[in-house]
Amino acid sequence: MKKFCLYFQIHQPFRLRSYHFFNIAKHHDYFDEPLNKRILKKVVKNCYLPANKLFLSLIKRYHGKFRICLSISGTALNQFERYAPEVIQSFQELVSTGSVELLAETDLHSLASVVSPRAFNEQVDRHREKIGYYFHQNPRVFRNTELIYSNHIGKMAARMGFMGMLTEGADHTSKTQNPNHIYTSAGNPTFKLMLRNYRLSDDITFRFSDRAWDQWPLTVDKFIDWICMVDQPYEIINLFMDYETFGEHQKKESGIFDFMRNLPAHVFDLQGYEFCTPSEAMAQIAPIGEISMPAPISWADSEKDLSAWLGNDMQKEAFENLYALEKLIRPINDASIVSDWQYLQASDHFYYMSTKSHSDGEVHSYFNPYRSPYEAFINFMNVVNDLTIRITKKRTKKEAVYHLASNKLEKKHNYH
Amino acid sequence: MRVLMFGWEFPPHISGGLGTACYGLTNGLVQNDIDVIFVVPKLFGEEHLLHENIISGSEISINTDDKLLTNVPEKLKYLKIRSEILPYVSPETFDKTVEKRITEIEREIAEQKPEVSPRKFQFSGGYKGNLMQEVYQYAMVASRVARTNQFDVIHAHDWLTFPAGIAAKEVSSRPLIAHVHATEFDRSGKRVNKGVFAIEKSGLEAADLVITVSDYTKKILVSKYDIDPGKIQTVHNAVLPGKALEPKQKVKSLDEKIVTFLGRVTSQKGPLYFVEAAHKVLKKLQNVRFVMAGSGDLLKRAIERVAALRMSGNFHFTGFLHGENVNTMLAQSAVYVMPSVSEPFGISPLEAMNANVPTIISRQSGVAEVLKHAIKVDFWNTDAMANAIYGILKYSPTAKLMAKSGKKEVKNLKWNDSAARIKAIYQELLID
Repeated sequence: MKKFCLYFQIHQPFRLRSYHFFNIAKHHDYFDEPLNKRILKKVVKNCYLPANKLFLSLIKRYHGKFRICLSISGTALNQFERYAPEVIQSFQELVSTGSVELLAETDLHSLASVVSPRAFNEQVDRHREKIGYYFHQNPRVFRNTELIYSNHIGKMAARMGFMGMLTEGADHTSKTQNPNHIYTSAGNPTFKLMLRNYRLSDDITFRFSDRAWDQWPLTVDKFIDWICMVDQPYEIINLFMDYETFGEHQKKESGIFDFMRNLPAHVFDLQGYEFCTPSEAMAQIAPIGEISMPAPISWADSEKDLSAWLGNDMQKEAFENLYALEKLIRPINDASIVSDWQYLQASDHFYYMSTKSHSDGEVHSYFNPYRSPYEAFINFMNVVNDLTIRITKKRTKKEAVYHLASNKLEKKHNYH
Repeated sequence: MRVLMFGWEFPPHISGGLGTACYGLTNGLVQNDIDVIFVVPKLFGEEHLLHENIISGSEISINTDDKLLTNVPEKLKYLKIRSEILPYVSPETFDKTVEKRITEIEREIAEQKPEVSPRKFQFSGGYKGNLMQEVYQYAMVASRVARTNQFDVIHAHDWLTFPAGIAAKEVSSRPLIAHVHATEFDRSGKRVNKGVFAIEKSGLEAADLVITVSDYTKKILVSKYDIDPGKIQTVHNAVLPGKALEPKQKVKSLDEKIVTFLGRVTSQKGPLYFVEAAHKVLKKLQNVRFVMAGSGDLLKRAIERVAALRMSGNFHFTGFLHGENVNTMLAQSAVYVMPSVSEPFGISPLEAMNANVPTIISRQSGVAEVLKHAIKVDFWNTDAMANAIYGILKYSPTAKLMAKSGKKEVKNLKWNDSAARIKAIYQELLID
């Protein structure tokens, strides 16, 4: 039996409001509530609710044989909670069918895995808790933000008890590896890796409605033909994409929902194919080899590395400044400071600062509130600078209190 | 005595220093009992509050016998406008290349057979679009205005109005004064636009007398335009009174001292030297913030450089600041820096000093000739710039003295005095 694995990512960041230099050290409301609410409501209407409805009906129609996998970032869950609680119920209903596997990820959809193991662990734990709380599942498979993976990240995830990870399967990242098998990570034969079939995934998520594409329009028949034409021996086809593909990246009018509605029947008609979730695939398919990835890879752009978030100096500067605050924040234990610092970690903020000019640049404009990467950088840095001032003030206050306290103690001591 | 004056902008609708200078000057002239008819391509509505005798070129009816220019110099026949040469305006608003032959412009104008007579031109009054065409349409307007008004001298401000000045001189035979606030060499550095240069040169040659805003600019006219120094007089700009911010009005939210660059972020203004100087200061002092307030074609490079030097924690960008925000910025500033590569005059340091801010200016500026209580450095010498910034920040007596004496000095730069000098120039010219 050959397998099909469909995994969809659900994420929304807390976007920043326009935060001018004059606001620094005066106002600390960084996030654009109206904008975030407006975008979320729109995506809920165009994508989350109709897509959930579609997948629920497919799962019911095929009595559990149609299975999917979802990963919902913690910030997306927070936004649902705040702006559209009905979406949480909708996902709960979907998950309660038993045919949906939920993955673990960093709660904040952050890049912590490449900079701070401690923050990374905390965020993954937090996300696992959230998934348990909302959906009563304990995720066994991990997906890192933007499918970022390296040997080191694999090691961290294995240590946290996950059976495996999903990552990108582009030609030049997996070298000559065929993405349509299960692998193990370098030096850890029990930790499994599933690779994204980027051609077939991108055909749907990026090219589906592209009239300039020589394969447009993409029909289910055509897509099934391509699957049959995969000539190397294989066990599994992994289609990994944003959930927003349905109704946002590809508008409803493009026929994307109909495409998805008809896909399972065609797959079942093929005979010898079944749908599965990542943990099922990892348990049932024997790995064919190991993958070693000393430098991080991701699913972004054509480079499939970190350059979409940490490619230019602005991105690096912003990233370094943000994470330099970690050691200052921990001892002061201020909930609002911690929360602001956390939301600033969403990878989206760095994605908006990308200066890449090639065709992938367009992808960077999805839900992007800025007119240019320079504006994105300036705005983000103004916020980070204000946060830094708040932290510094809090620390000096705390130190002052500490000194006062120790002075008093000394005086007391003198009485004896 | 009455002067027919041609400008391109007038407050409150201004893009830069030219409009402000024209306002200060006309005001001063009126105080000196000179009648001023001020012509601009377009009025936006509130200019009359500031000067009552102001004419909009868009309201002037043109007759078919108003020739564009009776003799267009050969080298002017082909003009090419590159976007980056346009002065006084933030580069984002620049349009793409505009190419026009004057003869073409003339033909187009002639072909626009008016459905209704008389015909009028609709000027944009800005610095974009078909600027060259507007410059020559403005000259036709000038010729009409000169026929229908009485005046003793003609006074034209910068190259955009030089064809107008020449046209007015041709129909009236009155003496022409060309007033230079900026040259093509200041605006464009080495990439001089030949068309603009040619208009400037023809205006300077046709003028009976040339006024420059500084000796620095006078030297450029002599060396680059080959103008007889005997024909050039320097009259420095001054400051409009009553715009100063009270020192106690300072709105302070940041603990650190702020060092400010305020102006267009273009190569003429030397923003990248400011960035380098900031880097040097930050190696010695951490409790200081640098602010680049303004916009322009070098902004992206400045941001990238600041990020590469990893000093975004202490270096901020505000974008273009409007009216009241400029005052707020100055009120927060501990040091003001104008690192211009080539600045014919430079009014902005005077505004800073008027707001009690110690000021550092480049030697390559006209304002350096009139200020004693500002620190002067060569724009390329970022060591000296950093040293001066450090000194003002670190040694409060220096800062206090500079703020106090600077304000006093600026208060004494009065447009009435500049206007009196110009009145004397008019009188001399008329005696000749």
